[in-house]
Amino acid sequence: MRSSPHAIDDEPVEFTTDEVMTVAAARELRNGATCFVGIGLPSTAANLARMLHAPRLVLIYESGTIGAKPRKLPLSIGDGELADTADVVVSVPEIFNYWLQGGRIDVGMLGAAQIDRFANLNSTVIGSYDAPRVRLPGAGGAPEIATSCGEIIIVIRQTNRTFVEEVDFVTSVGHGKGHGDRERFGMPGKGPTLVVTDLGLLRPDPETCELVLTHLHPGVSRDEAISATGWPLRFAPDVRQTSAPTREELVLLRELHGTRGVDG
Amino acid sequence: MAEILALDEAVSLLVHDGDCVALEGFTHLIPFAAGHEIIRQGRRDLTLVRLTPDLILDQLIGMGCARKLIFSWGGNPGVGSLHRFRDAVENAWPQPLEVEEHSHAGLANRYVAGASSLPFAVLRGYTGTDLARSSSQVAEIVCPFTGEKLSAVPALNPDVSIIHAQRADQEGNVQMWGITGVQKEAVLAATRSLVTVEEIVERLEPHPGAVVLPDWVVTAVSLVPGGSYPSYATDYSKRDNDFYQAWDAISRDRATFTAWMHDHVTERSERV
Repeated sequence: MRSSPHAIDDEPVEFTTDEVMTVAAARELRNGATCFVGIGLPSTAANLARMLHAPRLVLIYESGTIGAKPRKLPLSIGDGELADTADVVVSVPEIFNYWLQGGRIDVGMLGAAQIDRFANLNSTVIGSYDAPRVRLPGAGGAPEIATSCGEIIIVIRQTNRTFVEEVDFVTSVGHGKGHGDRERFGMPGKGPTLVVTDLGLLRPDPETCELVLTHLHPGVSRDEAISATGWPLRFAPDVRQTSAPTREELVLLRELHGTRGVDG
Repeated sequence: MAEILALDEAVSLLVHDGDCVALEGFTHLIPFAAGHEIIRQGRRDLTLVRLTPDLILDQLIGMGCARKLIFSWGGNPGVGSLHRFRDAVENAWPQPLEVEEHSHAGLANRYVAGASSLPFAVLRGYTGTDLARSSSQVAEIVCPFTGEKLSAVPALNPDVSIIHAQRADQEGNVQMWGITGVQKEAVLAATRSLVTVEEIVERLEPHPGAVVLPDWVVTAVSLVPGGSYPSYATDYSKRDNDFYQAWDAISRDRATFTAWMHDHVTERSERV
């Protein structure tokens, strides 16, 4: 728990690092956008956005459910709740070929176990591929989401283990080795435009595509961000503070999780 | 016309040691009962294929049925790791497991090519990733019309594909609805197919959004109500999310896993 001195409604409201990440990601989703969401925090953020400022956000899950409007958070990507509330359910080849590769999805949200300074992502192995120290679940839909969505929002905790100089395995390409690589690879989408962490927000430099920290969350210092990053972290000239989650955001988020109230 | 067979007969007839066996169902309609029957019959050296191995392949791998796994996302959805899969890859327990991995789009398109009787499928993906660099099953290809560089993946034609569906009729026509994943492609790509169903009815009534597989593309149908548990069958059962969470503790330890499989699978018959 991080106590915020900046909360509204007189008294400060406590929120967790997961909550500040979820709220920050939700705020970035534009009403009416089509959004490819993975399970976990991205799905929570997308559903929170739908309840707040983006009631016409179109949620697309890789199980083939298009326009899902779940009333409670799904545990898995293929929960019945997603199919029951969808505008249409299509097959897995169709969701990837016609809808994602077809260029119909504005924004994709991805997580990962590791990220590098050009926002390339690893969700495959820690250690060497042939003798991994940790075998992770693998790619799923991520490589093509990273290729074909209009833009990508990455949600990941910022620590020395996740923000690394070099990812152990490139599962999904962010900006490759820098500016121009996506064009060279023939990738239609813009790639990662925002990285939301538990410490702040990072965006790629328009010239180099290297991630630059633009915002710190309430109560987070520059030094914390520096020591949680495995490469020399660059800061924007005017680093701002993200506004703390509001009471309304927290109430709705906790309702989504099935825990009511902001004080308990 | 498909044969209507008891599950143990169907598995014995259709699944052989060394076969390439696809068990599909995307979170929904996962053919657990058929997977359990494969374990009971002690099949060995299988090449198992599933986009999302899920608990059923964790069980088959942990029980030593698999020589190779072809997959695209190997986690316990919303929970964490598949511990038997990890133990096999990280520590070769109970035996080494050869792994061939794809993205969902790549593996789904391998089935599409297989169903289409084409040698490969084309997609815009994999470029720049280590998935492409580490696999012989992904290759760069140049579009002969535009010159665009794309990725090719080879067709996948399993010896047998196994799925679970809501209904079949007496002839073995199959009907399924809700999230239907890659099951149609998996069945059409395979040499043989087995469909377990919740119900066998006199006549299949039309259902919105249903996928129908005519009896002449299905080898065998087995009546196994609840055959997708702890996955689910829309309009018949709910996903047992609590079990998916409980599996994390059951599967984490080799001895606990083995004892659980003994009590709940190997010593139990699912014959109907």
